[in-house]
Amino acid sequence: MLEYEFMRNALFAILTVTPLFGLVGTMIVNNKMAFFSDSLGHSAITGIAIGALLGVTNPTISMIIFAVIFAILLNKINDSKTSSSDTIISVFSSTAIAIGLVILSKNGNFTKFSNYLIGDILSIVPSEVITIFVVAIIVLLFWLLFFNKLLAMSVNTTLAKSKNIKVKLLENMFIILVAVIVMLSIKWVGVLIINALLILPAASSRNISKNMRQYHLWSVLFSVISGILGLIISYYQRIATGPTIVIIASIIFFATYFLRKASED
Amino acid sequence: MGLHCGFCCTKIRNISVQIGKKEILKDVNIHIHCGHMTVIIGKNGAGKSTLLKAILGEVKHTGEIRFKNKDADGQKIRIGYVPQKLNVENSPMTVYDMISGYTSNRPVFLFKSKKNYNEIKRHLKDFGAEELIDSKVNRLSGGELQRVLLALATMPYPDLLILDEPVSGIDKNGKEQFYKKIDELKKNRDLAIIMVSHDFEYIKQYADDVIMLDGKVIEKGKPNDVFSSKNFKDTFGGEAIC
Repeated sequence: MLEYEFMRNALFAILTVTPLFGLVGTMIVNNKMAFFSDSLGHSAITGIAIGALLGVTNPTISMIIFAVIFAILLNKINDSKTSSSDTIISVFSSTAIAIGLVILSKNGNFTKFSNYLIGDILSIVPSEVITIFVVAIIVLLFWLLFFNKLLAMSVNTTLAKSKNIKVKLLENMFIILVAVIVMLSIKWVGVLIINALLILPAASSRNISKNMRQYHLWSVLFSVISGILGLIISYYQRIATGPTIVIIASIIFFATYFLRKASED
Repeated sequence: MGLHCGFCCTKIRNISVQIGKKEILKDVNIHIHCGHMTVIIGKNGAGKSTLLKAILGEVKHTGEIRFKNKDADGQKIRIGYVPQKLNVENSPMTVYDMISGYTSNRPVFLFKSKKNYNEIKRHLKDFGAEELIDSKVNRLSGGELQRVLLALATMPYPDLLILDEPVSGIDKNGKEQFYKKIDELKKNRDLAIIMVSHDFEYIKQYADDVIMLDGKVIEKGKPNDVFSSKNFKDTFGGEAIC
């Protein structure tokens, strides 16, 4: 299958982006942010719609800008504790989807954008792979420099502040990075299932890990394995790649879940 | 060891906190010397945790918090904090991972630093928690967790140690051990300690001063004086102290 350029591009993209999802997912699961990242994925619809309104052919930039604003605003309102977290996230999420769908459906044009819902990995081009690779390096550097602080914040923010950690700044940097990664991957994974790729490898890893090093290692491995297997199976079975990856990641989750249950009994 | 320098103190002056239109705290003044433990008591919603958060800089407040030692006035204060609860449910994080996360820059997810590991182990030993270093934090008993958190709050040793209801839900034996350790820290490390607690029996035995809050300071003084006040009896009942 690697004789085709589009398959080589897809494989490179998967090898670059799945470790990132595995890595970043660990902190999303630590911080109980699954709902937040899900809503961030949904915000892509509005990002795409704004791009369409502006008449751009590639809406990635408009998606990223909108997602970053969306994430920071959501985080800020969430912090004000005026309503419970899940309510605020739901309101943001559904508003973003609704606005996006209204704009995109104008003049009956929605089908043109329906690819974004389930994604199409074979449409990826070399320049996009390079962009993802550069982002991967930035995320890795960020992780090396700030992971300890993010971990400290996830355990208890007040305790982190007492150790002079700049909680708000790091929190915003983290959600901006998540927003960028999610938006760059939406096109090939799809709005409907992107969150599963962020959550499942880390959640599976939690089931069997005994410390932070194992947690990261398994999460990254599960993510990469799901990605590669998903690509191969979807190619030969002629099915959509994103959902296939998610099904494999789900099988890994259930396997590790039962493994944990068995070891607890 | 065991001597109070008598020169350093933390002055908390005119602290007021307003959230929206509601005034949570008004003009709270506390003066704590090193080697002293001040316990804050009060009914639910009296502003105890808000006061701690104001001191920690987590909620906006007016007034000032100054630390003074024999060399300088108005130094930046080093605060140690023991929280009430942690977000560690189902987490694979070990005690080493957690303490290292707060005290070191070497990425915990990548490798275990031998030097750092030994340093943490040595410090945990002072708190009788050395053998817990590789245990998952979410598997610790209440008493074990408090020993670990105390070790974390004192790495490095702070000027002011703040504890927010640290032993709620811990058995009598665990509480006894905990208060003894706090007392030892206070005396041997010359720490100023502020604690929110309702273990009146232990407060009577170990606290130097008690402050009773209800939006403002309504009683302050030696434990026995506060416990015999009308405000205390009205809030907690006369039988609260055996």
